[in-house]
This record gives sequence, structure tokens and C-alpha cells, in this order.
Amino acid sequence: MSGRVLVGVKRVIDYAVKIRVKPDNSGVVTDGVKHSMNPFCEIAVEEAVKLKEKKLIKEVVAVSCGPQQSQETIRTALAMGADRGIHVEVSGKDYETLGPLQVSKILAALAKKEDAQLIILGKQAIDDDCNQTGQMTAALLDWPQGTFASEVSMDGAQVKVVREIDGGLETIKINTPAVLTADLRLNTPRYATLPNIMKAKKKKIANVKPADLGVDLTSRLEVLRVDEPPQRQAGMKVETVEDLVEKLRDTGMV
Amino acid sequence: MERFADEADVVIVGGGPAGLSAAIRLKQLANEQEKELRVCVVEKAPQIGAHTLSGACLEPGALFELFPDWKERGAPLNTPVTEDVFSIFTEKHRIPVPILPGLPMQNHGNYIVRLGNLVRWLGEQAEELGVELYPGYAAAEVLFHEDGSVKGIATNDVGIAKDGSPKDVFERGMELHAKITLFGEGCHGHLAKQLYKQFNLRENCEPQTYAIGLKELWMVDEKKWRPGRAEHSVGWPLDRHTYGGSFLYHLNEGEPLVALGFVIGLDYSNPYLSPFREFQRWKHHPFVASTLEGGQRIAYGARALNEGGFQCIPKLTFPGGLLIGCSPGFMNVPKIKGTHTAMKSGILAAEAIFPKVTAEDLDSQTAGLHVPEYSENLKKSSVWKELHAVRNIRPSFHNYFGLYGGMVYTGIFYWMLRGKEPWTLKHQGLDAHQLKPAKDCKPIEYPKPDGKISFDLLSSVALSGTNHEGDQPPHLTLKDDGVPVERNLAIYDGPEQRFCPAGVYEYVPVETGDGMRLQINAQNCVHCKTCDIKDPSQNINWVVPEGGGGPAYNGM
Repeated sequence: MSGRVLVGVKRVIDYAVKIRVKPDNSGVVTDGVKHSMNPFCEIAVEEAVKLKEKKLIKEVVAVSCGPQQSQETIRTALAMGADRGIHVEVSGKDYETLGPLQVSKILAALAKKEDAQLIILGKQAIDDDCNQTGQMTAALLDWPQGTFASEVSMDGAQVKVVREIDGGLETIKINTPAVLTADLRLNTPRYATLPNIMKAKKKKIANVKPADLGVDLTSRLEVLRVDEPPQRQAGMKVETVEDLVEKLRDTGMV
Repeated sequence: MERFADEADVVIVGGGPAGLSAAIRLKQLANEQEKELRVCVVEKAPQIGAHTLSGACLEPGALFELFPDWKERGAPLNTPVTEDVFSIFTEKHRIPVPILPGLPMQNHGNYIVRLGNLVRWLGEQAEELGVELYPGYAAAEVLFHEDGSVKGIATNDVGIAKDGSPKDVFERGMELHAKITLFGEGCHGHLAKQLYKQFNLRENCEPQTYAIGLKELWMVDEKKWRPGRAEHSVGWPLDRHTYGGSFLYHLNEGEPLVALGFVIGLDYSNPYLSPFREFQRWKHHPFVASTLEGGQRIAYGARALNEGGFQCIPKLTFPGGLLIGCSPGFMNVPKIKGTHTAMKSGILAAEAIFPKVTAEDLDSQTAGLHVPEYSENLKKSSVWKELHAVRNIRPSFHNYFGLYGGMVYTGIFYWMLRGKEPWTLKHQGLDAHQLKPAKDCKPIEYPKPDGKISFDLLSSVALSGTNHEGDQPPHLTLKDDGVPVERNLAIYDGPEQRFCPAGVYEYVPVETGDGMRLQINAQNCVHCKTCDIKDPSQNINWVVPEGGGGPAYNGM
């Protein structure tokens, strides 16, 4: 077993920022907007670094697909404890149409190239909420998947994953190599402190193009339109139950 | 627990126009003279420019000095001022005031900029020159050598819970030592506050006076867009004894964007005044509403600014450090411009310290370098001349006729004599001491926001993008927990509920029994510093929260 873990980190608009739709409804405004690492990706990085600290795996490689600024996101992962980074350059129109299918193909190709034992991703990104990349990557590689992980433990060549599901918690045991996706309660990510950011500047980030990995970035999806959610209308107060029933009848709801 | 420590040649606190100009100039000199120089900038904002907020009309002189080829390099100065309009507002009308050449608010040759974007661009230039920029890290503590000179700074410890106990992710801050530390924290910096006391830097100047500036960005109807137009107003809704006014700038960057805002002097006396609500109701003036109708508000923010000018400049240098930019305060108040002087002060600081930090065998009396040459050169520069010329305009406001007296004074003494009158008028003292007790004042009836032109406070705060890690000790600290209810609420009806532009302070009933308590919603804070300035009891002490928190301004 190589002992190498690939962690995917995505640069997304910060969760506290108010999103604004572009005037032409083609997307959201991103220029100059505060971006940060997807919160679920932070949890994924933390889990990988914890596994390394427990000496269960040997190397953590942080991967990000995107434009030049994605390197900042990789640096944060390096400051949290990842050993090296891989920046897959995707920019311009390609970046606008980049989605889970293309990213999964990229991750699958890298996993084979790097002889990864584990891929740990966030369960979903907070900008598109797709929740697809982990599952698609596992399918492309024909690897088992442990998604919505709230607890991960390694047992030799197997991984025990406690998954958060609708009914409660499900515990499964899967063989490695495998894909895991991190859910909220998996861990609390550590801070990327200043001394670690300074040290991270010395860690290597390799530049790779999707074409080098044999990945075609053409999207099968076309975004037709992006709109703001409808404005919440003010509610109405009524005095009696009779008034309520009358209003419900008036508006055709009853 | 020991802190990790690192050494640089120069550490700069604050990645704004002053700090970045100093960093850039230092590296330009180092590269010219082929000398090694490690320059580190720490900035509390999560990215460079995210805590920058200004009108702004920029005088490009200092930028030309730093980069004569700024245009080719793509500096975001896209909007030369083409029209200058000045009005005195009454509730429904406006009286146009001609801006004769030579009056301070004349903007010929200046550019309307989104200062946050210019600061971001300066950051990129700095990184290219080899400056180490560290956004997201707040300088929380000044470090001292044994001989009392400044040794550097330390960033704050992170991962402390609200109750003060360390969480699992607790990490100690880091120490950055330097031969000299430049403090460019902007208006009313929290470390500068400590340095004033430590080195007695304010013994020969007046206490600083301030204003609060609130700003919004609007995407207006294309038919209302007049790129290059700069509008200013005084008068309504303020009475003649409350200093303040508005700005409205039409940007020219390819979309119908308008930057507008309202400034109110923090020496106002009525505790019932709410700067936020004055701003919101000003927008309903027919002259302003006509521009905004059919438009959409896309950003909001607020920041305190200096109003003291010449009379309030402290001693600028001390062993191991010096002050640059709006922190000591070089704003030209009648022009409402402080960026060009802040940048110039950064450049002068860099030029003064460079020979000393790169000297092979410097004989320094103190472990931290003392560079009084910075202050001497500043006094011989255009900054000093400019501030001296306008020094009496702001204080001239304090007369029976208020605003109108001030305008007459400006017209006579500044326009005709350029500030050559031999006297220097004084300010009134600390802004915090200007509030009258609530019982002596009339509450102000503000109109309800209409949701189209004027808005409520909380939806405005949401637009600033401000956020902080929730589980950390509140960074708005009280020296005495009893004072808010016993004094601020009892005598002044809790003015902090009104002057905070982010809704941080609320007086709420206690859960059990009678009485009120002060609730501090620290997460809303936009780092404007108004509370630290205007608290009549001077009981609120703003300290820096975990780095990376605060507003997420984009080109403000």
C-alpha cells in the first residue's frame, strides 16, 4: 500500500458573502468577491492530516482544479499539514463549465498516477451543492465509497466508516483503495497558522493540465439561466379563525 | 506555551494604501540597490482590500511617484472626474454652490476609484516586488525589547472559546520581530492607541476628532448614469450644528455603478442621532432619489475617518517604530481625501528607514531602530503644506452659525488666503465628551425604510459580508461591565445602539426580573472603530478579533 492520500480542495465563494446574480443572468458575480476553501474540503484535509499524525498513512497530497487563485486554496491545505499540492489548471470558459463529472475524471486519473490508497473529499461544495464528485470518482475507479463520513478508522487494509444517513448512523467496512467524503461532524478543522503558512511556501505545488491526464473537459450540461430566489412576500396577520378560513378560501388554497 | 518567532527586516501592520506604499517603496529601493530586504505585511482582512472602504476621489500624485507607469500596469483608475457638483440641501430642494477653482472640493485632475480594488492592485504589485503579504493574520500585540524599544508584533492566539477557555484547535499566535515596525492600521488603530500611551506621542497635539462614513454601492438605471460625475452635499438632513455631508460618485467601469455615502462628525451632541438612519433618509432627497430610483443596492459598509487634521498629528516616531497613514491621520478634511497623503507618508517612511535598515554597521542607541528623519521629511513635504493650509476649516465650524459660518470662513480665509492666516483654531476636545445628556435633547423621528431606496440595519449589515468565528471571546471589550447600564443607558439613553452602523450593541431586558443589559453582537462588527471613539464613558475598547474575520468588502 502506497500510504498516499489524495485530498480534493475546492475554492468557493465564502459562505458569509451575499451572492449577486450577474445582470445578464448567466451566473453569479465572482470578481473580487471573497473566496475561501469549501468548508467540507477543510474537514477532508483535517481528516487526512489526522490519519498521517496517527501514522496510518504516509503522505497527504492536496489537489485543486481551477484558475491561478486555486493555488491559494492549496497553500491553505499545505499550511494545515498536507505534504505537497497538485494544481490542475482550468480557467476561462472551461472553468465556468467545470462540473463534478470532469473533476471526477481528473481525480481518477491522478489517483492512478499517484497510486493513491485513499481519496478524501468534502461531501459537497457549498456553491453548487452537487454532492456527486466523490461518488462519480469511486465509480470511474471501480473503488468502494464511504460517503457522508462522520467517523473514519483504519483497520489494516480496510476502512471502517460511520455514515450519516436519513435514518441515523450506518457503519460500513470497505476495502482500500477507496473514496471517502467528509460530512460536518467528522472533525473540527485546525487553523492554518501564520508560521505554517510561511512554511507552506516552501512545499511544492505541481502544475498539471487536464489534457496531460487525458481528460476532456467538454461539459454535457449547459446553464441556461441563473436567477435570484423570489423575494419573500410579507405575511398577513388575521384576528380570528373565521378570518383565516376566509382568507384561505379567497386565495384558492382551500 | 512558547510562541514561534521569526525575523524580518521590516514589519508593516496593515495592508492598506499607506502600508502597501511603504512596502513597495522599500522593495523598489532594495531591488535598485541590489540589497536583500525582508519586508512582511500583516493584515487582518481575509484578502487585501476586504477591509478597505472609502468614497473615493483620488489625487494620483503619490501613485505617480510609486509607479510612473501605473496606467500601463493596469492600476484601476478608470474614472477621471468630469463634473463636480456641490449643493446645500433643504428638505425638498437644493441650492447649487459654484465650485470655484482653488476651493478644496474641486476635483479637476482626480479620479473616482473603488479604493478596495486599488488596494488589491497595490497588493499584487507588492507581491511581484517580493513583499511577503499575509492577509488573514491580525497583529494583536506590540512586542518590546528590554530597553523599551519596539521589537515587533505578535498575532493573536486562535481557537479560544467564548468563555476564554482553549478549544481543541487552540494555537498560539506567532511573533514577528523586525529592526523597525511600521504601524498603518488606518483610522483609530488599536495598537496605535497603546503606542500613544507607551511613548507619550500625543503630549503636544490635540486629541484626534473623527467622523463616521457610511457607504453603499448601487447599480443604477442606465438612463440615470453619468460617468465621471462627482456630487457632494451639505445641509439636510443635518442641522447646521452637526458637521457632515454626502458624496455620490458615478463610476465609469463598464457598468452603471454609483458609489454614495454620508459622513457625520462624531462630535455631534444629540445622543438620539443615528448616523445610519440619517444616511438612509438622506437618500430620499429628490436630488438623490432620482438617481437611485429603479436601481439596486449591491454593497454596504462603514468606517470612521479622521477629522482633526494638522492640530491632531501626534509624534510620529519612537524607538523601534513609526506611524503612517490614517493612523496618525493625514486626511485633508475639506477635500475629504486622505489616500494620497497616506500613500505619501508610506513612501516617505520607506525612504527614511531604508538607509538605516540596510546599513552594514549602524550604531543605534536602541535595539529597535529610531528614525526621526521620517518625521522631519514629512514636515518638509507637500503633506504638511497641504494640511497646514486647511487646518482652520474644520474648527471654523464651531461658531453660532455652524455650517454657514464654516463655509464663510472657508470662502474668505482658505479661498483667498490659502490658510496663511497666522492663527490656528482649536477643536473642541474628545468626540466622546460632546454628547449632551438624553434628557436635554429631543429624540429624532426617523422615517421607516421603504425597502427600495432606504433599508433596515440588519439587511444592510448582511450586504457587508461581515462574519466572525462565533465561538471566540467578543472583541468589543468593556473596561467596566456595569458602566453601560449605569451610565450610558441612564444618562445618554444608550447611544451605542444608534451610532454603531452594524447593530452590534443592543439594550435588552434581562431574562429574569427588571432592568436592562447590554448585548454585544460581536459577529456583526464591521471594524469601523466608531464605538471606541464615541462611547461617552470611553469604556468600550476595540481589540482585534481572530484574523480573517470582519467585512468582506469588494471594491469599496
